[in-house]
Amino acid sequence: MKLYCLSGHPTLPCNVLKFKSTTIMLDCGLDMTSTLNFLPLPLVQSPRLSNLPGWSLKDGNAFLDKELKECSGHVFVDSVPEFCLPETELIDLSTVDVILISNYHCMMALPYITEHTGFSGTVYATEPTVQIGRLLMEELVNFIERVPKAQSASLWKNKDIQRLLPSPLKDAVEVSTWRRCYTMQEVNSALSKIQLVGYSQKIELFGAVQVTPLSSGYALGSSNWIIQSHYEKVSYVSGSSLLTTHPQPMDQASLKNSDVLVLTGLTQIPTANPDGMVGEFCSNLALTVRNGGNVLVPCYPSGVIYDLLECLYQYIDSAGLSSVPLYFISPVANSSLEFSQIFAEWLCHNKQSKVYLPEPPFPHAELIQTNKLKHYPSIHGDFSNDFRQPCVVFTGHPSLRFGDVVHFMELWGKSSLNTVIFTEPDFSYLEALAPYQPLAMKCIYCPIDTRLNFIQVSKLLKEVQPLHVVCPEQYTQPPPAQSHRTDLVIDCQPPATSYRRAEVLTLPFKRRYERIEIMPELADSLVPMEIKPGISLATVSAVLHTKDNKHVLQPPPRPAQPTSGKKRKRVSDDVPDCKVLKPLLSGSIPVEQFVQTLEKHGFSDIKVEDTAKGHIVLLQEAETLIQIEEDSTHIICDNDEMLRVRLRDLVLKFLQKF
Amino acid sequence: MDHECARLLPAVCAVLADPRQPVADDTCLEKLLDWFKTVTEAESSLLLLQENPCLLELLSHVPTLQDVSAGVLSFSLRLAGIFAAQEDCFQYLQVELLPGLFGAAGPLSRAVWAVPTVRSGWIQGLRSLAQHPSALHFLADHGAVDTVFSLQGDASLFVASAAGQLLVHILALSMGGRAEGHTCPQGDDWPTCAQKIVGHIEESLCSTDTSRVTQALNVLTTTFGRCQSPWTEVLWEHSPVLGSSDLGPWEMTAQALSRLGPTQAGPLALGVLKLHLCPQALRTQAFGVLLQPLACVLKATTQAPGLPGLLDGTSEDSVVADALLSSKSSCVGLLCRTLAHLEELQPLPQHPSPWPQVPLLRAVVTILRLCDGSAVPASSVGGCLCGTLAGCVRVQRAALDFLGTLSQGMGPQEQVTQVFAILLEYLERPDSSPMVLKKAFQATLRWLLSSARTPGCSGLGPHAVLFLPELFPVLQKRLCSPCWEVRDSALEFLTQLSRHWGGQADFRHVLLESEVPELTQQLLQDPESYVRASAVTAMGELSSRGLHATPTSPEQPEAQQSLLPEFLHILSADSEGFPRRAVMQVFTEWLRGGHADVARDTERFMATVLQVVSRDLDWEVRAQGLELALVFLGQTLGQPGPHCPYTVTLPKAAPPSPLTEVLGALCRVRLFEFAFRALFDCDRPVAQKSCDLLLFLRDKTAPYGSPWEAGGSPDSASVEAALQRWQAGEQGQPLGDLEPEAMLATLRSIDLEGLRGTLAQGSDHVEKSPQSLLRDMLATVGILQENQADCY
Repeated sequence: MKLYCLSGHPTLPCNVLKFKSTTIMLDCGLDMTSTLNFLPLPLVQSPRLSNLPGWSLKDGNAFLDKELKECSGHVFVDSVPEFCLPETELIDLSTVDVILISNYHCMMALPYITEHTGFSGTVYATEPTVQIGRLLMEELVNFIERVPKAQSASLWKNKDIQRLLPSPLKDAVEVSTWRRCYTMQEVNSALSKIQLVGYSQKIELFGAVQVTPLSSGYALGSSNWIIQSHYEKVSYVSGSSLLTTHPQPMDQASLKNSDVLVLTGLTQIPTANPDGMVGEFCSNLALTVRNGGNVLVPCYPSGVIYDLLECLYQYIDSAGLSSVPLYFISPVANSSLEFSQIFAEWLCHNKQSKVYLPEPPFPHAELIQTNKLKHYPSIHGDFSNDFRQPCVVFTGHPSLRFGDVVHFMELWGKSSLNTVIFTEPDFSYLEALAPYQPLAMKCIYCPIDTRLNFIQVSKLLKEVQPLHVVCPEQYTQPPPAQSHRTDLVIDCQPPATSYRRAEVLTLPFKRRYERIEIMPELADSLVPMEIKPGISLATVSAVLHTKDNKHVLQPPPRPAQPTSGKKRKRVSDDVPDCKVLKPLLSGSIPVEQFVQTLEKHGFSDIKVEDTAKGHIVLLQEAETLIQIEEDSTHIICDNDEMLRVRLRDLVLKFLQKF
Repeated sequence: MDHECARLLPAVCAVLADPRQPVADDTCLEKLLDWFKTVTEAESSLLLLQENPCLLELLSHVPTLQDVSAGVLSFSLRLAGIFAAQEDCFQYLQVELLPGLFGAAGPLSRAVWAVPTVRSGWIQGLRSLAQHPSALHFLADHGAVDTVFSLQGDASLFVASAAGQLLVHILALSMGGRAEGHTCPQGDDWPTCAQKIVGHIEESLCSTDTSRVTQALNVLTTTFGRCQSPWTEVLWEHSPVLGSSDLGPWEMTAQALSRLGPTQAGPLALGVLKLHLCPQALRTQAFGVLLQPLACVLKATTQAPGLPGLLDGTSEDSVVADALLSSKSSCVGLLCRTLAHLEELQPLPQHPSPWPQVPLLRAVVTILRLCDGSAVPASSVGGCLCGTLAGCVRVQRAALDFLGTLSQGMGPQEQVTQVFAILLEYLERPDSSPMVLKKAFQATLRWLLSSARTPGCSGLGPHAVLFLPELFPVLQKRLCSPCWEVRDSALEFLTQLSRHWGGQADFRHVLLESEVPELTQQLLQDPESYVRASAVTAMGELSSRGLHATPTSPEQPEAQQSLLPEFLHILSADSEGFPRRAVMQVFTEWLRGGHADVARDTERFMATVLQVVSRDLDWEVRAQGLELALVFLGQTLGQPGPHCPYTVTLPKAAPPSPLTEVLGALCRVRLFEFAFRALFDCDRPVAQKSCDLLLFLRDKTAPYGSPWEAGGSPDSASVEAALQRWQAGEQGQPLGDLEPEAMLATLRSIDLEGLRGTLAQGSDHVEKSPQSLLRDMLATVGILQENQADCY
């Protein structure tokens, strides 16, 4: 059993598991932090961005000044943003049979895999995952396509040149594999390969293994997966949460008794508690708005935004902010808000029960009804007519490199009254802000990551007791910025096996058993014999028939009939010869009694020697050795077949036959 | 016992003795016993039994019943004990009744003994009975002491503990006669009973069964705790465990300190340090024990070796380190207890001196840093502590409490800076739990206060001046918290700050620069009533100091906007009691302090407030209204005399106006009507307060003579009629506009002293009477019977 690790990002995993005869890809996350190296794509012509000076080498050589621009001491690539794909060379991706998706954030690389690698299998995901994943992809494509950029920089990627660049460009990995965003056509084609599944649904893969999605509690439709055969069980845990937010709670019990548990997608901010962060979010929002400032919340169009809106729904009235407009701007804002309300069966119990009242499960419906929350596909159009300040704007993309957020950063960045509040943990907020420096706007970092923290992981592992844990290497050492926090690692016994990008792990356990079925008529003919209390044995002669990874014992054909020559020939072609069966023996030989029996039968001068594996009975007179071991008995005598048979019969007296 | 009770008693006894009539409520049996106890304290028990034969009948009948309820049996045992406490009554009962109850033939041998209540009743009965030497013989004759021995290990903790107490009692009783004259009688000539008990204790102490050793130690502890007669010293020496070596108690304590684990040694060390007379060496040792866990923490995190440690020179105690590292709960428990012990010790006059203020401050700051994950460990122990303590709320709370206590001793400049830095960090952290935040606010206030006390510093201390500009943005954020507990503690903190420094220019400047006053005013509309109440208090305080929000409209820049209308609105419209109470407190403070909004037209203010308050449903608001009225009276009539429990802090106001003018004012604000109405308030504290107020008013007006005869004017007659209606419970009718004379006449006609006496008795004095208890018991049974009858 092998695990091919195609992504080094712990929360955007992409692994391939070879298990029995199947090849299963677990998630295909897209690392978008690469876009932080690029200049933002402004929706409205920005003189500031277009007039940035080109970057030149220390010796004054300016051959890169078209590709690289300098802003407040940082160097950015002036080109269409590119993404860092999972490894495509480590394993032939056309051999992948299925792809299992655990949540909508972990499927963003799907079009690259399904459309460009010869992949011909099936993708499995829950319905909300697919629908919201589609929204995320649609938004991404829209953000990038609506700001066409003539230039595509590639010179800087040359290895010899990259070495000369300042950090972080110098240290960027695998830049040659970075790719531009896919098209909507590719998205549609990729999504058409998805087959929808429900929690706890059992899906057979070629009869060899069964895969089952389980609720993981992190996002709408998010799942962990169980991949099991009759005797082996691998659990894949990715992006799980034990907090009570909107999704259905995590199913922990079904993860028990795993041989291997692959653990990815833990919280990216292990030291921050989401509750405290939500409080921080609200307080800072209120302070800014009260002062007449605007609040910008860069976010994804789905996920934490639902919780934030719910929190604000309760908070704004009590804080006297009910007159402050909340704007949600995204090409998919409307769909996202509406989708969230229709996936009732995927929600936590509280929200599910609202549906029967009937009430919308999320209170943002009421915010929309009362005109407190308004949503727009983009800043163009209706929004510019309705726009009122001070206000709160939720918009993407959290990387601040594309999307409507770029416009608001340019618009509000100059005033210290305004605040940008970062709630998405995927991007370093300092790096995200780098191309906007100098910035007068206040910046608040309150990342809300509801995924498991290390304390919860340690409880979870104690609870489900897997034999082996496999995780990204980042989880086996404290975060670089807090190297003394030895509590911020996965603590389990035996220690977790760690992986990194482009590594192939041989999973630390061996398959030992295979299930075989017996046909009823064959089973009927068996006569079990009890050899020990509770243990019965029977011999069976049969034909092992293997098809579609299923093994069946069928009754053997009748013994060959020595009649017509023609027929005989055909039969012997099909059926292996069945030899006459010798009885099978079981039991052990008590040496003392055996010696007594020998004496009774006239043997004298008997010596017994203990050996490492058993005993040797020496019949000195007869120059004969009887070697008794746990699973074999040998009678060694010189060409005296009579004696051997006699001794053999004496030995057999102590054993059971059947 | 009065006749009524004596008349009811036979019926009650009959009910108790009848197993078909179960006593539904155990508490009435307890009340009955209490009553008998008070009766027997005043009267002879023997006489009581002879006059009420039903009692004896009950006591002799109950133990013979087959299906007696455990409750009644236990009651009988305890009742018999109460009677037999008097020696003559004991003699009277001991022939037949007592053996039947307490002897081997009694409940002891029956199935009902399995009920803990019965065993407990048996012990308590004996406990009451054992008051005289003859009782000792009775105990000896019936082998009761052996039963008590066995009950020490009873499954019921109450029974077991009572058995231990009883042994101590019997021991003391048997030694009692001898302690006076004899000097230290030796063990050999002790009474048999005492010898038996001591023998049992010795045997238990030597036992391998820890529970028996614990029982024996409990008995000894109780014995030494309750009497210091010379014989207890003999017992001390006598004991094979305590007296086997040549060690005295101090040496023994020293040994215990060194041998016990850190969890047990801590409380012992604290106890030692609290003693006034105790050898210095032992004190040093005890303090060392107490400091050990903190020393361990410091050692694990100290990067620079030069800094003073807590226990320099002594070897590290690996047991403590083990306790800190073994598990999270043990580490947290040990640290919390240690911090609490030190916190308790610090303010005591006998606290160790020199007090290691500097290393203690370092230790507690380190712990707080370990808790928020910012400490950098210097060893593997430190790394482990870091993981264990990160985010631990319990330790944070304990450490902040202790840090607050340490403010008394201050410390070197840079360390105080560190303290303020960590406090600010805690106030700022989004992860701080509401409880931790509250503690951080409290500790901050204490440090600010101490910093202001720095010698040679006027106003805020040097640290506070630097600290406040950083503090206010945090306070602002906290006032906007979605968590109401946080908003509430931030407001409380703000109130305290302004109370102490409202007059300081630096403070005023920082406060007015910030948005805090505005935010506070907005919180008057908070959805949470506690927060509204705290906001009222805070705004009241800010307003008193001229610190509340500067006017938003440019038209009236000269004055701050009056809060009075807003507060009056809260008082009349808020649905919760807390904000209304807070408003009344603020108003009282304002009146005392001569707040401009009140002083502008005090009469109108009083009239409005009293009118609103008189209709309030919350008695505390009405009581506070009387408090306000009293302050008003004090200001118009002069200070209440020393006989009055209320003090008014206003310096002597203008000389009292002539009486008629004052009375006219009181009538105009309708103070009389308010106070008279309150006199018949259904809540006693309100009525009492009103009574006190009217007495004060009457005394103040007395010297001016009484030109009007009581009840002489037609007006006063109508007032009295109205009062009678109020007393009868009719609340509707107002008194209308009346002349001061009528009021004064009415005031003099009411028997205020009598009323005060009645009110002092308590509203439940009727319900508490024994007659009522007996009637209740009978009535309950009656009802039970009726219910049974309904079934057929």
